[in-house]
Amino acid sequence: VIYENLILSIVLFTIGAVGFVIRRNAIVVLMSVELMLNACNLAFVAFARQLGDMTGHIYVFMIMTVAAAEAAVGLAIVVLIFRTRKAVNLDEINLMKG
Amino acid sequence: MILAILFYLFAATAVVFALGVVAARSPLYSALNLIGCLFAVAALFALQSAQLIAVFQVLVYAGAIMVMILFVIMLLNLSPRELGRPRINVIKVAGAYFLFTTALVLGVRLAAQTWLPAQSVDDRFGSIESVGELLYRTYLLPFEMVSLLLLGAIIGAVLLTRKLKGDGS
Repeated sequence: VIYENLILSIVLFTIGAVGFVIRRNAIVVLMSVELMLNACNLAFVAFARQLGDMTGHIYVFMIMTVAAAEAAVGLAIVVLIFRTRKAVNLDEINLMKG
Repeated sequence: MILAILFYLFAATAVVFALGVVAARSPLYSALNLIGCLFAVAALFALQSAQLIAVFQVLVYAGAIMVMILFVIMLLNLSPRELGRPRINVIKVAGAYFLFTTALVLGVRLAAQTWLPAQSVDDRFGSIESVGELLYRTYLLPFEMVSLLLLGAIIGAVLLTRKLKGDGS
């Protein structure tokens, strides 16, 4: 079953990466990042089950915490940018372009 | 047999919802699709005898994080004009296609080469007692550091979004 799980994890990660690249809405880009992190969690859980070692579950906890922190700070930045620039599309946010 | 059927059922559900996240026009539909995908992955966690992780996936991810994202989407209340017309960038789509196929081929090859004997696990595997014991005994220091990370994220989010006094914007 680990092969199927790993392949599913790859597919989900790639869908997330594709969404990260082709979408322009900042919130959808953040959600694509969540999708990629979730695919990583799936691989960790599959390996933990296969090896009979629960350390992978601890890793999943840490990844969930980091995802929560990332979502909080990322959404705060999106709100801030929307308040000052009235835009959430990433190609309209080019303040740092040299 | 029944486990394999359940696995393929939830795997197909997860992939369909994940495609919905990327393809949905409105961010609200993207978020709802992501919630469905998270539920399907939680079921897959439970199939891998990771019950505690599955419960946390639903509680923390689908509950807390997605509610926060939905809250921000409704707070911003984007009009269709601000959502912008979908512009199909040929180079980006071609790059995404090549990324997808390359990752799939590499992953299938790697998965076929990696041979790991499946260990048998007892009922306590993935239960709240055994994972909690591991977390609070062996991995106590990372646990405390992660709490510091969360504290930093809270302070950062509040500092970023607060309105300054006399600031017109």
